[in-house]
Amino acid sequence: MNVNEVPQEGNSTLSGGRKAVYAQNDNGEMVIVACPGWEVEEIVTMQAVDTLKEQASVALAGAIAGVCSPLEYWMYEKRMDPGVLAQSTGLWQWRVRRHLQPMRFAKLSPKLLSVYADALGISVAQLQSLPVKSPL
Amino acid sequence: MNTEVINPSVINPVSVIEDVATQSAFQHQHAAHCESGVISSLLRHQGVAISEAMAFGLSAALSFAYLPFIKMGGMPLIAYRMPPRFIIKGLAKPLNATFAFETFSKPEAGKERLDELLTQGKVVGLQSSVYWLPYFPEDMRFHFNGHNLLVYGREGDDYLISDPVFETTVRCASADLQRARFAKGALAPKGMLYYPKSIANRSVQPEAVLGAIRKNCKIMLGPIPIVGIRGMRMLAKKIRKLPALSAETNAFVGHIIRMQEEIGTGGAGFRFVYAAFLQEAAALTNRPQLSQLAGELITIGDGWRAFALATARMVKGRDQMNPGKLADLLLDRATAEAAFFVALRDAAN
Repeated sequence: MNVNEVPQEGNSTLSGGRKAVYAQNDNGEMVIVACPGWEVEEIVTMQAVDTLKEQASVALAGAIAGVCSPLEYWMYEKRMDPGVLAQSTGLWQWRVRRHLQPMRFAKLSPKLLSVYADALGISVAQLQSLPVKSPL
Repeated sequence: MNTEVINPSVINPVSVIEDVATQSAFQHQHAAHCESGVISSLLRHQGVAISEAMAFGLSAALSFAYLPFIKMGGMPLIAYRMPPRFIIKGLAKPLNATFAFETFSKPEAGKERLDELLTQGKVVGLQSSVYWLPYFPEDMRFHFNGHNLLVYGREGDDYLISDPVFETTVRCASADLQRARFAKGALAPKGMLYYPKSIANRSVQPEAVLGAIRKNCKIMLGPIPIVGIRGMRMLAKKIRKLPALSAETNAFVGHIIRMQEEIGTGGAGFRFVYAAFLQEAAALTNRPQLSQLAGELITIGDGWRAFALATARMVKGRDQMNPGKLADLLLDRATAEAAFFVALRDAAN
């Protein structure tokens, strides 16, 4: 890649930040150039972000309808999945999956609630409620 | 506190670092990759003349690995470089240096230790999660625990941070940094901090450079089916089997490119960093053929970018999804790199 070929189109996921990339100058030497982003990166990053947002919005709709627990919504909202949440809380994954069921979530002990709230970086009160307005 | 000290066979008398450098003397340098950026900044701060590319090459960090058993968000880990801490550990021998690595079972102890080292005027490297660092752009925050950054001071409740993938220095509130240091999950950092204890060689030796090149060729041409050229071929085989019309296929190939181009500069980026290293190596060892090989590696890197572009266009629906074509492009990369590393191995002998 030549320094003149370093993408300049920008990448919204960098929020205006620039990445350091190595490119060849006219003397053939590799130099560091600040790059505002490449569309390819934006496409694949947004693909991943959109998947997570989609999961969160499905869980939110489910939680409003009473078929999902608020825990499931907050898990996806914080970009986790049952595996990451299990590792973050130190609980077995099968327990986390059970706690995602609204009936079981409603019966969680205060101690387990605070374990989940800590792992998600929110308060217990937040964990037991849903956002008033859809974040999407 | 678990302390792990890497100490290669100490032959030369080791000069113990006297950290007289003050905070203001610390120089932030924008880098393509977090770990090579952090360690080269840390070493330059100690007076070692070393670029990011040299740190990357000297530790033989270029790689390819397809690790289907390590999942990130349900997707396999695909790495284009060696695992975390490989670069730092790899520099211990050529620089005849010792680095201290410390992890903590209690988060409070990790914070105390960091503060203590900062009070001593040290610049400290940290492993951290990306997700819990508020200075990262929202869309870049994923649960990835293999990030590296430097702390060079404190001001009130804020830590002063030199994160090499950012253009300028940043700040982070202590509670946020604490969360990021003690995030759980795959590659959990456990508060990992590191700093050089002693450095005997303050310049890079030509023989060490050639040794590192040979080592890297061995990694890339090695026999393990998921690593190096063989790893690329295995991933190509996996791609070829994907159905053309499926959301999972889109997610999977998009993920490959994200691992390649987004997470820590990725595939093409690392090839360019290594090319920069080979140019330095050519001058240092007086072997112009290394410079010529750098040119070939740049062409290979451009091929990786073409692979990324072709995949992104299919993900976006601008071109029809064609797993067979992507597998072919990846096999082309494997073939080109196989020939390249054989030639490089000969040039470094």
